[in-house]
Amino acid sequence: MRFARYMGYRLVTALPVILGIIVLNFLLIHLAPGDAASVLAGESGAATPEYMDELRHKFGLDQSLGMQFLTYVSNMAHFNLGYSYRNDADVSSLIIERLWPTSLLMLTAFGTAVALGIILGLVAATGRNSWRDNIISLISLVAYATPGFWLGLMMIVIFSIGLGWLPTSGFDTVGAGHEGWAEVWDVARHLVMPAVSLALFYLALYARLMRASVLEQTGMDYVTTARAKGQTERRIMTGHVLRNALLPIVTIAGVQAGNLIGGSIVVETVFGWPGIGTLAFNALQSRDLNLLLAIFFMSACLIVIINLIVDVIYVMLDPRMEI
Amino acid sequence: MLEGFARFARNRMALFGATVLVCLLLLVLLTPVIYPDDPFKLAGPALQPPGGRFLLGTDTLGRDVAAEIAYGARTSLIIGVGATLAAIVFGAVAGGVAGYYRGRTETVLMRITEFFQTIPAFIFALLIVAILSPSVSSEIIAIAAVSWPSIARLVRGEFVSLGGREFVQACAGLGASDARVIFSHMLPNCASSIIAVGSLLIGTAILLEAGLAFLGLGDPNVMSWGLIISAGRAVLRSAWWICTFPGIAILLTVLGINLIGDGLNEALNPRLRER
Repeated sequence: MRFARYMGYRLVTALPVILGIIVLNFLLIHLAPGDAASVLAGESGAATPEYMDELRHKFGLDQSLGMQFLTYVSNMAHFNLGYSYRNDADVSSLIIERLWPTSLLMLTAFGTAVALGIILGLVAATGRNSWRDNIISLISLVAYATPGFWLGLMMIVIFSIGLGWLPTSGFDTVGAGHEGWAEVWDVARHLVMPAVSLALFYLALYARLMRASVLEQTGMDYVTTARAKGQTERRIMTGHVLRNALLPIVTIAGVQAGNLIGGSIVVETVFGWPGIGTLAFNALQSRDLNLLLAIFFMSACLIVIINLIVDVIYVMLDPRMEI
Repeated sequence: MLEGFARFARNRMALFGATVLVCLLLLVLLTPVIYPDDPFKLAGPALQPPGGRFLLGTDTLGRDVAAEIAYGARTSLIIGVGATLAAIVFGAVAGGVAGYYRGRTETVLMRITEFFQTIPAFIFALLIVAILSPSVSSEIIAIAAVSWPSIARLVRGEFVSLGGREFVQACAGLGASDARVIFSHMLPNCASSIIAVGSLLIGTAILLEAGLAFLGLGDPNVMSWGLIISAGRAVLRSAWWICTFPGIAILLTVLGINLIGDGLNEALNPRLRER
């Protein structure tokens, strides 16, 4: 019961963030040079005068700025994100359609980055200044400086063009008509390179953080106490240090979720992955700003949800947390 | 701080980073001498592999990739440093005001800072450039707009801990104005942490710029590394070198800057030193 109340409280405190995004979007529309309707329609010149009038009316652009803002908030609150002229479809349905490939890519990359990052950080910290530690530190330094899209292109050169092991782009083999496990295998083969390009930077980040966090915890008094009680080093690590060392990782992982969405735009573009990132890139190419703003809004909502999940994990990991 | 720089000089990784950066600066300075021609100008036959007359080959239009990279270095550095400076100025003002005045001002400013840290940074930057239309200055604005929160939080934290110190209270007691206390007494005391965190921001800014230019949001009239990679992508199958070399340039530059940043952090941030 207390937990439910806590979640309710967290949801309410998340609302200002959503409202903030709406305000920011509204400001961006009006920051753009020229008529707001032409900004929303896109500078492609594809819009008809009737469509522009409809836009003006729908967003209340023929009214005062205050009314315009209220109309905008109400539209957003109803997930009424507008119509994409370029794609000839409703913006919200366009985004929902693309949600599954993007979620698959992000969850795979995120899971890999967190899991491997924690393991590598732990290995590095337990053998501090050993050759393992040095190699892991070196790899994470390089990974930390590598642009994800370039890594993706280089993997295409090596593994697709050179060795012919993996497909260069897409979600699955078009027209192959795979079913069941064959389809899963096919998608997995397409997923490997995008997921690695997206994950590597975060893997390096979590490995560095985990190493620092474990080293900090091993210096704590409770570790000395556990050692004095005669517990094995292994038991101290898994039973005491690990759980405490994970806390900062969970916090940072929640913060980084937003950047993962940004990273997926460039990576999806490289691999033609049919997700929200590719949708954003195409919107950018055709200057379909309304679609871009809607993607921004949706990703911010997604981040708020992820942060709520992170809160739950945090409470589970640390019983001292007051709820 | 001098003692800090001596510690920095003993850090071999940081010295390696500094060497990379010095080489890059030399390249930027010597570019007009080595490649006097406009990097957009055609230099020879298209798609020449590296190693021949052109050290790093030519691109789809017959432009010299090495010259393009040399001019791109200047763009990356200008945008990286420019955006970081703008972020530091803005972040220091926001964080400084919050940490100095405390109370409701602090609550409001910090909530805004947290908000800007929560929203998806790259998409926000992308939107700003798309709306302001792609140019060097709009890229600087966009990158600064997503980078300032970390500086604001840092400066606020420093100001809160400096606020209770005797020298600050003495100044205020002597009747110094708020601006004087903030700018000539408190800010100089956070200089070392700002330098350390700011140097790491430059690396992030260069990566962001490369991503923006790769998506076609770079200044179309200025050569940049992201632009070369995005143009070379179409012929990746037949001409791997166009995409490969600018990427290596980004990697080395960011690695060098990060190593310097790590070195500065260790040398100048007393709180991190124990780790």
